[in-house]
Amino acid sequence: MTISINVNGEGHEAEADPDTPLLYVLRDELELNGAKYGCGLGQCGACTVHVDGKPIFSCLTPIGLLAGRKVRTIEGLGTVEKPNVIQKAFQDEQAAQCGYCIAGMIMRAQALLDRNPSPTEAEIRVHMQPNLCRCGTHARILRAVHRASRELSLASVAGGSQ
Amino acid sequence: MLSFGQAKALRGSRFIQKAGRRDKTRPGPMREIKRNVYKSEALHMKLSKRHLAIGAAFASVAVVAGLGLAAWIGYEPAIPEIARPSASSFDRGLVAKGEQLATVGDCIVCHTAPNGAPFAGARALPTPFGTLFSNNITPDEKTGIGSWSLAAFSRAIRQGVARDGSHLYPALPYEHFTHVNDDDLAAIYAFLMTRQPVSQQAPENQLLPGLGFRPLLAGWKLLFLRQTQFERQANESAEWNRGKYLVDGLAHCGGCHTPRNLAGGEERGREFAGGAAEGWNAPALDETNPFAAIWNVDSLFAYLKTGSDRGHSAAGGPMAPVAEGLSRLNDADVRAIAVYVDSRMHPSGEATPSAVAVVAANDSRSTAAAAHPEADLLFEGACSGCHAPGAPMNINGRPLLSFASDLRADDPRNAVQTLLQGIAPPGGKGAYMPSFSDTMTDRQLADLLAYARARFTDKPAWPNLEAVVGDIRKENAE
Repeated sequence: MTISINVNGEGHEAEADPDTPLLYVLRDELELNGAKYGCGLGQCGACTVHVDGKPIFSCLTPIGLLAGRKVRTIEGLGTVEKPNVIQKAFQDEQAAQCGYCIAGMIMRAQALLDRNPSPTEAEIRVHMQPNLCRCGTHARILRAVHRASRELSLASVAGGSQ
Repeated sequence: MLSFGQAKALRGSRFIQKAGRRDKTRPGPMREIKRNVYKSEALHMKLSKRHLAIGAAFASVAVVAGLGLAAWIGYEPAIPEIARPSASSFDRGLVAKGEQLATVGDCIVCHTAPNGAPFAGARALPTPFGTLFSNNITPDEKTGIGSWSLAAFSRAIRQGVARDGSHLYPALPYEHFTHVNDDDLAAIYAFLMTRQPVSQQAPENQLLPGLGFRPLLAGWKLLFLRQTQFERQANESAEWNRGKYLVDGLAHCGGCHTPRNLAGGEERGREFAGGAAEGWNAPALDETNPFAAIWNVDSLFAYLKTGSDRGHSAAGGPMAPVAEGLSRLNDADVRAIAVYVDSRMHPSGEATPSAVAVVAANDSRSTAAAAHPEADLLFEGACSGCHAPGAPMNINGRPLLSFASDLRADDPRNAVQTLLQGIAPPGGKGAYMPSFSDTMTDRQLADLLAYARARFTDKPAWPNLEAVVGDIRKENAE
């Protein structure tokens, strides 16, 4: 059947059953391949995207739940030419090793920084906890989130003085 | 010879006994008050300024006397500071014993902030009376307990009085710790004094107005703190006695599993009748537990030691850190706790079969799907990866939903909380279940729970489920 979903501000008609996980629709129907299939059980966070601004596991979110709600994926942040602040910070800190977890990591970090641009170290660690990285670049990922936080805070100070 | 504090507590307990034995035919305090009210109404017409002045004088004397009395009851002397004993001055065997006992007491859970240094305190403890912040119990001399002698430590644990003489809030479960014996306290002291000192001051407590006045706690203790030594029961086994000693004392199980009164004291005579903690139900641990017939020593042991039992479900909410702590406790002590709890669940001593042998693995999918067609799709997309019969989780020995006590309970609260909060075991070890609060509405969660109950249990539908989900979601947000 046809189901309407809003992804990154655009309406889409997906050909899928309502119990189909959002992740499959994103990847197979809409060809948005940023979110990854990791465990399929909500245990690793590789599939993290936003629904109404909250980070969720798209592998455990049937699209039947998404009528009238806004989905945001990593493709909705920046582009290869023009990455957004968090994507740039992940690049600058070389936070990716194999890179499989990174789209999920960035989306989870984005949800935190959207809500609170200056989180403490403890808040970052608690918030990032559901997402796993098998390569072990956690220290770089944390540094990237801190860097993005600093840049967002500076930007907001600069913006405020204008 | 009784210490000052013990003598006062005895006075307190006598007072309570007296109050309990009061002859019902004699005028009770309420009646006396009423009579005095009538009297004052009769006198009211005749009141002159002089009367008022005399009355005010008497009232102020009474207030001063009352405050004086409160101060006298509440007064505890400071115990002199000591130089921090060097870690090498403690016997290693004693420290190791203390480590196990501190694990039973779960000190680390309340005394460690999220991602904070172990035992350095500052964890927010929400209570009905406001938010308390736990103290630093590392041996830092300024902000921790580095300058506390064993005597000061023991008084704090057993009587809830800090080294400087101030009263501690009963979030420190001294109602239970008062039963811990001297040797065990010395071992826990040795363990804590050999930890890494961390300089960290807890934030100020945020309590309801007036409750920051600590001498009030002396009154609370008069009412609720019974300082008694653990008494062995000769007709029970050594294992049972060990279990009771741990459960009543350090493990402070009653702190959550016994109902509390309005003043936050555990209700006398209703020990283990079931309580509440952090928005979750703490099930009864006595014969009123609805699943008492299918708990036994082995299943209690497995649940406490590993955080889940095949015939029940995984420890969630505030029980998760308890099970995580007990996973590091020696098997003999965990088994002793299981033996004692089992005896409370089965007071007549009947042997019980395991749940796996008794509870049928219900799965009425077609009936449930007919009643809740949308939820059947939700379950397929969101839950079946782990919870469908035959999913990897079940093959790995985790409980089936048809065994989950929370899904079969009369009150849906814990099942609702499991969906709203998920199960996040401390340190990421153990069963992890994500939260569904951000993807599902109250109506969808209620529908899904109703479906799961219809599909996996033979229990009747929960009433008003959507409103219950909404209420609990609101509570969690506060």
